[in-house]
Amino acid sequence: MNDNPTPLLSRPLVRMGLIAAGAALATVLVMALYASISSRKAEAKQTSFKLVDLDEKTVDPAQWGKNFPRQFDAYLKTSEKYSTKYGGAGSEGLPKSRIKEDPRLVTIFDGYAFAIDFNQRQGHAYMLDDQRNTKRVTERKQPGSCLHCHASNTVAFRELGLKGGAPGTLDEAFSSPNAQAQLMAGFEALCKMPYADATKLVKHPVACIDCHDPKNMALRVTKPGFIRGIVALANSAEPVPHLPSIEKWRKGDKSVAYDANRDASRQELRSMVCGQCHVEYYCGPKVTLFFPWNKGLKVEQIEATYDEYKFPDGHRFFDWQHAKTGAEVLKAQHPEFEMWSQGIHARSGVSCADCHMPYVREGALKISDHQVRSPLLNISRSCQTCHRFPEEELKARVTSIQDRTKALMDRAEDAVVNLIDDIAAAKKAGVDEGKLKPIYELQRKAQWRVDFVNAENSMGFHAPQEVARILGEAIDYGRQGQVALRDLGVPKVAKK
Amino acid sequence: MSGKRRLILLSVLASVFAGVFLGSGAYTFVSANGTSYLSNNPEVCVNCHIMRTEYDSWRHGSHHAVAVCNDCHLPHSNVVSKLYVKASNGYHHSKAFTLLNFAEPIRIKPGNAQVLEDNCLRCHGELTSEITAHGTLGVPTDPTRKADLYGCVRCHQEVGHGPMG
Repeated sequence: MNDNPTPLLSRPLVRMGLIAAGAALATVLVMALYASISSRKAEAKQTSFKLVDLDEKTVDPAQWGKNFPRQFDAYLKTSEKYSTKYGGAGSEGLPKSRIKEDPRLVTIFDGYAFAIDFNQRQGHAYMLDDQRNTKRVTERKQPGSCLHCHASNTVAFRELGLKGGAPGTLDEAFSSPNAQAQLMAGFEALCKMPYADATKLVKHPVACIDCHDPKNMALRVTKPGFIRGIVALANSAEPVPHLPSIEKWRKGDKSVAYDANRDASRQELRSMVCGQCHVEYYCGPKVTLFFPWNKGLKVEQIEATYDEYKFPDGHRFFDWQHAKTGAEVLKAQHPEFEMWSQGIHARSGVSCADCHMPYVREGALKISDHQVRSPLLNISRSCQTCHRFPEEELKARVTSIQDRTKALMDRAEDAVVNLIDDIAAAKKAGVDEGKLKPIYELQRKAQWRVDFVNAENSMGFHAPQEVARILGEAIDYGRQGQVALRDLGVPKVAKK
Repeated sequence: MSGKRRLILLSVLASVFAGVFLGSGAYTFVSANGTSYLSNNPEVCVNCHIMRTEYDSWRHGSHHAVAVCNDCHLPHSNVVSKLYVKASNGYHHSKAFTLLNFAEPIRIKPGNAQVLEDNCLRCHGELTSEITAHGTLGVPTDPTRKADLYGCVRCHQEVGHGPMG
């Protein structure tokens, strides 16, 4: 043993050993960094890998998913249940069965299928099953036109059109005149079929092909109702500053009809693909499904379109005859596209996808989140891109809009229910039908407005001021009707 | 094996390892376009793909002909602080992009927001001194909310990055 040992770190052997080990470890780290840089570069270089050929016949989204796994995985996630205060399945602000826990709706929808079954909304993945299972379809006869929005049907329409003698083949490009003829012919035919038969022709809920061109993934609209509806809107005189391509088309050569797939910008299509279904429409059975956009998108413009519309039997448009009063009334269906059009976000050029499918980053890739859902579940990506405030603050702002809307809607529902009860009492008391006619009109107006807001999926957020205006009018028409009944000397019934 | 031979062997090994480290380090540096970061070229900032939106919108912004990324995002008072800010941002960006553990949407840090504000004044100061004399600028939008937009860009959001649509 040495009395004077060299300190450990001064021994050449140890020093060399440490250098070797240190260099080895540093190399490992550098190589890890290199691997990371390489994979980021690769991610950015190749955004998709073509494993299967997609064409106009590929309906099954799982096939598309082989080429676009990230989008497909997120699309599948729409089956996950979620809830917000006023939305999704099982929210705290709204009942699971909306008619069980809000009996006013049973009175308002009396005599219509919505009075037997009306539930909370669920994610996209459920749209076809939910439709096949709702009592509104199982207990009432419904037409095939319901499938216009609840299934992937471009191919089903075209196949049916070909069977009915439309020209060409399925292989032709969607934009070709033959394909369009097939689509429209099949659409007309499917709308006339009973639902039970028609639903056998479709397999999937909304799928990739409904919004994307299989050749280059460009956005496109494929649903016949929208294709016709947007043409009607373009032909109207209503200003649409949020859809600049329509404004531009109006200034140009109008001999060729407006075509969203040709004229609209990508940003407009990021809303239009949603507007293929999230709209007000007439779904049959008396005439083929149509969007009532001939005069514009506002609640009273749609109402005016309906008021002027005559069914083939010459009768004025109505959805059903109210069981309690006999008034011919209207039913609104989820008019989100119309309501968004009245709001500040649309005006500022914000599309549906900007908030409901915000960009997500996966490595070096940036893609639209295909798990379509409430922006409230994704505030950072949906809202903070433009609004630089903390999440809680943004959520509180949305909630205050929705709470106010709900409170106003409660009052409006009360007004409509009171009017319905009073009209029923007047009929019982034997008041002359002729005298009640103008009051039926007031019921139709009031009810239409409440329903336009109630059926719209945003509890006022898409256009807060517009929604308040509509509900204000609803309350006014409801109470006007009651006053008119008083003037007829009808006994007082409803108190609230 | 004698101590000397062991030392020679170990020395060779250490040299080889050090060489491997230097070589792989150099290779990584080159493959990552390491030298480009010393330039003033705005395309360097999209090496990382993260800044693609910012870069694209800058090309549509009103300043794209007169200012590149560095003109607004680096200090120009002296070379030391310029290099320091460049290095520290470079380090944070590399770390974030390697570990992918950053919050989105990306937000400017207060220090960098100050650099940005100084650069607005570097070019426009003469014009804006009348306004800044009142002490209305150079403060966060709302200190209680920790918002990250200071001064000029609080209102003039689109001059640098242009319309995002």
